Amino acid sequence: MITFLNHLINGISLGSIYAIIALGYTMVYGIAKMLNFAHGDVIMVGAYVCFFAVSSFGLHPVLGLVLAILICTLLGIVIEKLAYKPLRQATSLAVLITAIGVSYFLQNAAQLLWTSNPKMFPDLFGGAAIRLFDGRLTITVGTLVTIAACIIIMVVLTLFTGKTRMGKAMRACSEDKGAAQLMGINVNRTISVTFAIGSALAAIAGVLLCSAYPSLVPTTGSMPGIKAFTAAVFGGIGSIPGALIGGVLLGIIEIFAGAYISTQLSNAIVFLVLIVVLLVRPTGLLGKQIREKV
Amino acid sequence: MLKVNNINVYYGSIHAIKDVSFEVHPGEIVTLIGANGAGKSTILQTVSGLLRSKTGSVEFLDQDLSNVPAHKIVSQGLAHVPEGRRIFLQMTVEDNLTMGAFTRPGSEFDASLADVYERFPRLKERRKQIAGTLSGGEQQMLAMGRALMSHPRLLMLDEPSMGLSPILVQQIFDIITELHKAGTTILLVEQNAQMALSVADRAYVLESGKIVLSGTGAELAESDEIKKAYLGG
Ligand SMILES: Nc1ncnc2c1ncn2[C@@H]1O[C@H](COP(=O)(O)OP(=O)(O)O)[C@@H](O)[C@H]1O
Ligand SMILES: [Mg+2]
Repeated sequence: MITFLNHLINGISLGSIYAIIALGYTMVYGIAKMLNFAHGDVIMVGAYVCFFAVSSFGLHPVLGLVLAILICTLLGIVIEKLAYKPLRQATSLAVLITAIGVSYFLQNAAQLLWTSNPKMFPDLFGGAAIRLFDGRLTITVGTLVTIAACIIIMVVLTLFTGKTRMGKAMRACSEDKGAAQLMGINVNRTISVTFAIGSALAAIAGVLLCSAYPSLVPTTGSMPGIKAFTAAVFGGIGSIPGALIGGVLLGIIEIFAGAYISTQLSNAIVFLVLIVVLLVRPTGLLGKQIREKV
Repeated sequence: MLKVNNINVYYGSIHAIKDVSFEVHPGEIVTLIGANGAGKSTILQTVSGLLRSKTGSVEFLDQDLSNVPAHKIVSQGLAHVPEGRRIFLQMTVEDNLTMGAFTRPGSEFDASLADVYERFPRLKERRKQIAGTLSGGEQQMLAMGRALMSHPRLLMLDEPSMGLSPILVQQIFDIITELHKAGTTILLVEQNAQMALSVADRAYVLESGKIVLSGTGAELAESDEIKKAYLGG
């Protein structure tokens, strides 16, 4: 029972990280209608920035996180401006190939700058933990912070898109860019802001991910990136609550599959679940059914 | 007020608008009529900056709009209710209206909203409803209300009667006349030539991307060519 609980908590924690990454995929998809496959690699850049800030320059982890957020936000804006904006009118295949190119570029640049030797990411929470049931159940502070971060991000984003002028403008752009322009909304700026938010979230996810799984290499972001993309599709791409549900479920499935079925097969099982969900509900769990225009 | 000079608009290699020029003076209702595919919507989209002309110019209040990005045009006082309404279907009625006021100062929002609700009481009743659940007539009212939130000097309407029952068409035209009386200049695009000519001061007839006739609304309503081609007699 306690082992079960332990796996559940680990699953929710891992899933929270997937959810934070998935939010970036889903928001960019919702507004720019593109899959930003370089999103996972922005996570890796965020983790490296925090690593150097904390390990090499001895900064406080919070400062390291802030620095990672700032640099990733900037990186996201620059990637969008240089790589994707010129392709606004291009076919989605051209955009997809470009995104894969950006992804390789970031990985190779990281390899050149920081080599492919793994860096040991520091434990930002100093190994602090809460022990329950006479110490048989250990919940680390990192786990709690991860889950709390995910909840806070969800609440803030929901309020932002639901209540603020900019957030509503984003939803308007995601529905109809032409009509949004007729309202006076600057669509290019809105897309840029979306990339900024997604990339800031990627930085947070990168730091949380590496606190839990400390070996940092230039390809660190790719597998979590793909899984978070899966989570976004699973929950319904374009939907913010969908990203949360998809991410958390994926994390739980992955941990349980690894614990009770087979560690080697856990990834395969994750993707199998995705395929089954998409067969039953092609738009994902919370995806909007595409209404035919009359 | 609006001067369109010699525009030519292309979709790739399709030459959709050919040497079109026309004017709208302050206080007028001007209508562009023509069959489906004549190029009416293309002209309105060119005026509001969503499409660009290869030649000539679009001047509004003596300012050349040719190089003004689309999102900066509404704040000049030019609002466009596009064909098919294009309201934000997944947002509430009130959020749609909020988007209409996007370029306006927040201080006047409440007053603008009250004005639109007074003109369209149906929208007030349904303000928290998701726009996609409104009926066709209500959606048209929302599209018009959304445009009015920007306090336009010139309101461009693209086939506001499309898909509506005769009673609703009458209602929409009554609203157009009221808006005109309240001081808004109107450029109306219609396939429903009879209705459009009955309210218009002046009219232009478009055929295959070219203006082939123009005159006052009354003149054109009496013209034999028009009667034959558009008024079913
Ligand atoms: N997006 C488009 N791509 C290619 N051709 C188009 C497009 N939109 C309109 N057209 C063509 O341009 C011409 C004018 O269309 P439009 O302005 O929509 O006419 P109207 O509004 O008078 O019905 C038509 O021949 C139409 O087929
Ligand atoms: Mg049309």
